[in-house]
Amino acid sequence: MQKRAVVINLKDNVATAVADLSAGSQVSFFLGQDVEQLTLNNHIPLGHKFALKDINRGEEIIKYGESIGSSIISIQKGDHVHVHNIQSNRGRGDRG
Amino acid sequence: MKFNGYLRSDGKVGTRNYLAVIPTSICSATVAFNIASQIPQAVALPNQHGCCQIGADHEQTINTLIGLGKNPNVAAVLVVGLGCEGVPIDKVAKNIATTGKKTETVIIQECGGTLKATEKGIKIAAKMAREISLIKAQEFPISELCLAVECGGSDFTSGLASNPAVGVASDLLIEAGGTSILSETTEFIGAEHILARRAKTPMIGEKIISLVQNCELRAKQLNVDIRGGQPTPGNIAGGISSIEEKSLGCIYKAGNSPIQGVLVYAETPKEKGLYIMDTPGQDIESITGMLAGGANIVIFTTGRGTPTGSPLAPVIKITANSETYSKMFDNIDLDTSSIISGGKSIDQVAKEIFQEIIDVASGKLTKAESLGHKEFGIYKIAPTF
Repeated sequence: MQKRAVVINLKDNVATAVADLSAGSQVSFFLGQDVEQLTLNNHIPLGHKFALKDINRGEEIIKYGESIGSSIISIQKGDHVHVHNIQSNRGRGDRG
Repeated sequence: MKFNGYLRSDGKVGTRNYLAVIPTSICSATVAFNIASQIPQAVALPNQHGCCQIGADHEQTINTLIGLGKNPNVAAVLVVGLGCEGVPIDKVAKNIATTGKKTETVIIQECGGTLKATEKGIKIAAKMAREISLIKAQEFPISELCLAVECGGSDFTSGLASNPAVGVASDLLIEAGGTSILSETTEFIGAEHILARRAKTPMIGEKIISLVQNCELRAKQLNVDIRGGQPTPGNIAGGISSIEEKSLGCIYKAGNSPIQGVLVYAETPKEKGLYIMDTPGQDIESITGMLAGGANIVIFTTGRGTPTGSPLAPVIKITANSETYSKMFDNIDLDTSSIISGGKSIDQVAKEIFQEIIDVASGKLTKAESLGHKEFGIYKIAPTF
């Protein structure tokens, strides 16, 4: 199987694309030893993330097995996950 | 394992044999540059500060200049002062001289202007250059290496491949009795609990947590969102969505060794092993702090590509982004993209990185050195008055 996406930790709810992936395409990746597959809802540029499962609004985004922020809208499995739908929870002086 | 280095009077070993021309303030920087430009092996540090600084900010500039003069890659030092600046010229020179290395001063106002100061400086520096040329490289164990680990222009490949591989190489150096310094406090935000778990004592762990809390507090006190500056626009374009994601990828470059201690900016590690230094995430100021702390070689991972070098140490640059490697071939020493494409394991690539560290420590020029890159900047922690 050609590696086109990587899941770093089994706890992760996002995968990282290691190729430019077009909307509607099927992508396969390893989840531990198992090969999983899903259909992408959006174009995923090289190095960007997509959701491995449906993520509710406000839910934490997990990569490297750790929180990298939380969703600001509900995210569907196969959606592009980036600054348009998730936000950092750290260093937020703007929150007062 | 051994490398070829230069023994200093204080027992430390350099990977290079420089004559450092150190201006104590921005006002003497041009004279320092003109002196160094005449002399082989001489490097001038383009210091932008040194006057009208107060409190801890003033002290930090002094300690950084002293630390850079003491760096084992420096064989002799010429301190160039204007004469009326805030940084005490004699104190800087005397402190550097405690290492036993030859240290002299030239003061522009005492000499009577640029021409006389430059003439005097060139005479002194030319003699120093002849003297230090007699110091021959000898074999030393790699435990004498102090590696500064840095990352800049990160993208998704940094956390996935180049940082983990550098981390394994750093662990190999520490197993061999050497030292590594991890810096960039901003890029611990969201990953500090992982570093704290690796601290040698609970107190060191608490120090790591409080470094990050203070850094976050500084951003909060400005009433701004740190996302205005971190991650950078280039990081975001490369797929990094938040400072937490950037940090979790960044800390891989320090491997899995236990953390022996936490250093303030420009402080020297007291023992061997892995240390953390409190520096900003800005690459140049971070590297300058680690060099002032005694690092004698720098390893630098990048995703987007960066030309960074240093006046006082070789900087080895590594990417795991194959497109960046071919686009910025001039600047990047090692391509580690085979980790992602599936050709090589992280451990295999780490061994190649480790060998490159030893080769460069022994005199092989890095691409940054061969292109004359000498980026330099001292971290300021208060406004100039």
